Amino acid sequence: MKQPETKPSDMQHLSVAIQRYRPEQDDTPVWQSYQVPYDDSTSVLDALHWIKEHQDSSLTYRWSCRMAICGSCGVMVDGTPKLGCKTFLRDYPQGLKVAALANFPIEKDLVVDMSRFLQHLTTIKPYLIGEPSLVQAGSASAGSDQPSSAALQPQLQSPEQVKRYQQFANCINCGLCYSACPQFGLNPEFLGPAAIALAHRYNLDSRDQGKAERQPALNSKDGVWSCTFVGFCSTVCPKGVDPAAAINQGKIVSTMDGVIQWFSPKQLDATPQEPTS
Amino acid sequence: MKQLTTDVLIVGGGGAGLRSAIAAAEAQPSLSIHLLSKVYPMRSHTVAAEGGAAAVTLQHDSIAAHFEDTVAGSDWLAEQGVVDFFVKHAYQELVQLEHWGCPWSRQASGQVQVRRFGGMKTERTWFAADKTGFHILHTLFQTSLKYPSIHRLDEYFLLDLLVHEQAIVGVLAIEIASGELLQILASSVILATGGAGRVFQFNTNGGIVTGDGMALAYRHGVALRDMEFVQYHPTGLPGSGILITEACRGEGGILLNKDGYRYLQDYGLGPETPLGQPQNKTMELGPRDKLSQAFWHEQQQGRTIQHPQGDVVHLDLRHLGQRYLLERLPFICELAKAYVNIDPVTAPIPIRPAVHYTMGGILTDAHCATSIRGLFAVGECASVGLHGANRLGSNSLSELLVFGKVAGEQAAAHCSQTKVSDAVMQELTDKAAGPIRQLRQGDGTEQWADIRQQLAQTMEQGCGIYRDEQGLTASLLAIADLKRRYQQLKVGDSGLAFNTELLHALELGFSLDVAEAMCQAALLRKESRGAHQRRDANYTKRNDKNFLQHSLAYYQEDQAPRIDWQAVDCSMMPPAARLYGDAAKQQAASTSEKPV
Repeated sequence: MKQPETKPSDMQHLSVAIQRYRPEQDDTPVWQSYQVPYDDSTSVLDALHWIKEHQDSSLTYRWSCRMAICGSCGVMVDGTPKLGCKTFLRDYPQGLKVAALANFPIEKDLVVDMSRFLQHLTTIKPYLIGEPSLVQAGSASAGSDQPSSAALQPQLQSPEQVKRYQQFANCINCGLCYSACPQFGLNPEFLGPAAIALAHRYNLDSRDQGKAERQPALNSKDGVWSCTFVGFCSTVCPKGVDPAAAINQGKIVSTMDGVIQWFSPKQLDATPQEPTS
Repeated sequence: MKQLTTDVLIVGGGGAGLRSAIAAAEAQPSLSIHLLSKVYPMRSHTVAAEGGAAAVTLQHDSIAAHFEDTVAGSDWLAEQGVVDFFVKHAYQELVQLEHWGCPWSRQASGQVQVRRFGGMKTERTWFAADKTGFHILHTLFQTSLKYPSIHRLDEYFLLDLLVHEQAIVGVLAIEIASGELLQILASSVILATGGAGRVFQFNTNGGIVTGDGMALAYRHGVALRDMEFVQYHPTGLPGSGILITEACRGEGGILLNKDGYRYLQDYGLGPETPLGQPQNKTMELGPRDKLSQAFWHEQQQGRTIQHPQGDVVHLDLRHLGQRYLLERLPFICELAKAYVNIDPVTAPIPIRPAVHYTMGGILTDAHCATSIRGLFAVGECASVGLHGANRLGSNSLSELLVFGKVAGEQAAAHCSQTKVSDAVMQELTDKAAGPIRQLRQGDGTEQWADIRQQLAQTMEQGCGIYRDEQGLTASLLAIADLKRRYQQLKVGDSGLAFNTELLHALELGFSLDVAEAMCQAALLRKESRGAHQRRDANYTKRNDKNFLQHSLAYYQEDQAPRIDWQAVDCSMMPPAARLYGDAAKQQAASTSEKPV
C-alpha cells in the first residue's frame, strides 16, 4: 500500500464509520468508527488497509488491483455503490460511512456473497456462439512463415462494428449496478444490469450467431422486462458501461421477438435455459 | 473436512489457468476439471495487463525476428528451443482468442491492428485499446463457461500440495467463505498462481500476487529458476505504483528528466528520435531493464523531479492529441486523472520504475512439467525458459496462451487412476494442515502486517534495480530474522469465516521463502545481466564465461537455499553484445542478415 511521506501522526485524520458483521458473533451488522490519517491521495481502500494493519486486523474486505480494473472492492460509501480504490477521502471532508454492497447477502463485514451474480452471468451465455466465419483476413495477416489455413485467420471486424458492442464489453463485474438496482433488491432472480449488458454485448457482436439462444432468458419474466428503468445502474457504473441503455435496447429486441413469434411460433424456443453450472 | 476427486486440478484462475482449463476440456471432454482460485477468476492479475500480446503478424515481420528480439531481450538467458516454439505458436493463439470474441483493436479494413512495443524490431503487439489483459481474461473466463466439464472452486485458497513418492496426488485447500478444509485428489495438478511482485515495496501488482504456488512447489523440492531476475517496469505512478503501460511509449510518448531532456539518449538507446516518430528498439522503445536502470542513474545524478510521493521523471503524451489518446490509451487517461490528478492531454504524467514481473519461477521443461510427476506449472509462476534475464513487454500475455494450452493438454494426457492408500492420504493431509493449524493456535506477539512491511522494505533496499554483496547479505539476514519472527505470529481474527488475516499470514509465509530465493540467487550471480545489475567491482558486466547459466534455487529448511547452475540452451543463436538504438543498427549492418 501507499506510504505517505509524512508520518501518520502528522497527518489530518478523518472519521470512517464501517458497518461490521462477524457471522460467528454478530446477529446483525453493527457500526464501528475509526480515525484514519489521510492526504489527497488516500482512497477508501487505503483507509481500510490502514485500519486492518493498525487498528483491527479482523476487518474484512475484498481487494486486489488498486486500479479500478479487477472489480473486487465494491462497497457502499455514504449509501452509494463505489469502488473503494477509486473513491477518495478528500471528497468526504465531514467523514464517511462504508458498508457492504446493498442487495447482496453479507458474508462478513464488507464481503458479500456474489454467487447469484455469477449465476446470472452464466445464464446469458456470455461467449461467441456459432462457427467462426472463415473469410480470410487478407494481406495483413502473418509473416511469410505462418501457417495459412483459413481456420487460423482472424475474422474481419471493422472499427465501427467493434464500437457497437465495445462499451458493453468494458464491464468489470464489480456488482455496483446490482447494488443500485431496486428491482434486483426486490427480486434476486432478476438477471440484472451487468448480465443483460453482457448478453447485449454478444448479441451486438458481428461475429456472433447466438442471439436466439440468449433471448429466452432475456425475454423471461426475470429478464429485460423486470427492469423499471430507474437508470441508477448506469449512474454508479465506474466504467461507463451504461447497462440501462443495454436493457432498454434489449426490450426493443425482445418486442421484435414477440412480433416474430406471432407469425412463426416454432422459430424460437421460449423455454428458458437452465444455467449450465 | 470435505473431499473431492477430480482428474485435472488447476490452481489459479488468471489467463494461464483459464487457458489450461479450456485446453484440457477440449483435449478430453470426458475428464473432470476443477479450477481453484483464491479470487473469482476475473479478479486475477492478468486483468491489469494493459499494452498487448505479441505475435508475428505483418508481412514484413518474421518468426526469426521475434525469436531474435526475445533472445537478445533475455540477454541470452532464454531457452532457445522454448522461444522458438513460442514464436511459432503465438499467432494462432491470438487468432484463437479472436474466434472466442476478444475485442482486438482493428484497422479500418477490419484487420487486426498491431502496435510498437519495447525491444521489438517490428510492430507485432495485438491490443484491445489499453486494457488487453482485462479483455483477454474476461474473454477466457466467459468462454470457459461453455464447457460443462470445467467446475470452478472460486475463493478457495491453496494450502499445500500432496506429494507421494515424487508424484502429485492432490492438494489441500481451504474454502475461504467457511474456513473449512477441502482435500482434493487429483493425478494432474497445474499451478498457474502468478508472480510474486508483492514481496517488494513499490510494485504494479495486485494484492494477491504473493508467490503462493512458487513457494509450495519449492518447499516440495522443485527448483525455482532464475529468481534473481525481477522486472522493474519503467513507468509506474508515484505512491501507488499503478502501471502506466509501455504502449504509451509505443504510441510515441517520451520520457523527460527535470531539465525536459530526453535522457535515454545518454544510455545507449539513442540517438533522439523526432517527436511523434517513435522508432522500434530505440530511445523510449528500448527494453524495460535498460529504461529502469537509466532512471536510477538520473536519480543518482539529481536529475529527477521532486514529487510529493518521491522522485519521478515525466512521461509526456501531449503531442499525441486528445482524440488519439482517448482512442488508444483511454484507461491511462482515466488512471492518471484518478490517481495523480493529471490529464495527459494537457500535462506530462509523473512516473518512476516499479516492480512488475518475476522472470523466474517454478522450473519446468518445455512441456510445462515439473520434477514432480503430474505437477505442471505455467504463466508467471513458472520458468519455462522464455524470458531469461529480461522479459520483453507483450510476450507474457502470449506466453500464458501458448503455454496454457500446452499445460492443459499435457495435464489431460497425464491423468491416471492413481491409487494412494487412505492412510497415506491422511498422513499427507495432516502434514499439509500443519501451518494453518499452527497459525490458528499461535499465541505469539508478532503482527503479520509488520513483518510484511519490513520484508517489502528490505527487498527494495537490498534487491532493487542495482544490487551489491553488502545489500544482498543484509537483506538475507533480515529475511532470516523475519522468518524467525514469523514463527511467533499471532492472528488476531479467530473466526473461521472469511478470515483474510489468516490468509495474509499464509501468503506472507510464501512470500518470505520466495524473497529469500531471489536474494540468494542474486548474491551468487556475480555478474550483471538483464534485470540483474551488480554494482560491486568486477561484477558490473555480463560474464558469459562463468554465468551463461540459469540459477536453480533449492529449498532448505532453516537456511537460505542451495543454488545450483544449469546450462542454457543457446543452440540457435550464439551470445552476442546486446545493443539498442543506433548501436544495434551498426551491429546489424556489419553482420549479414540471417535468412528467415
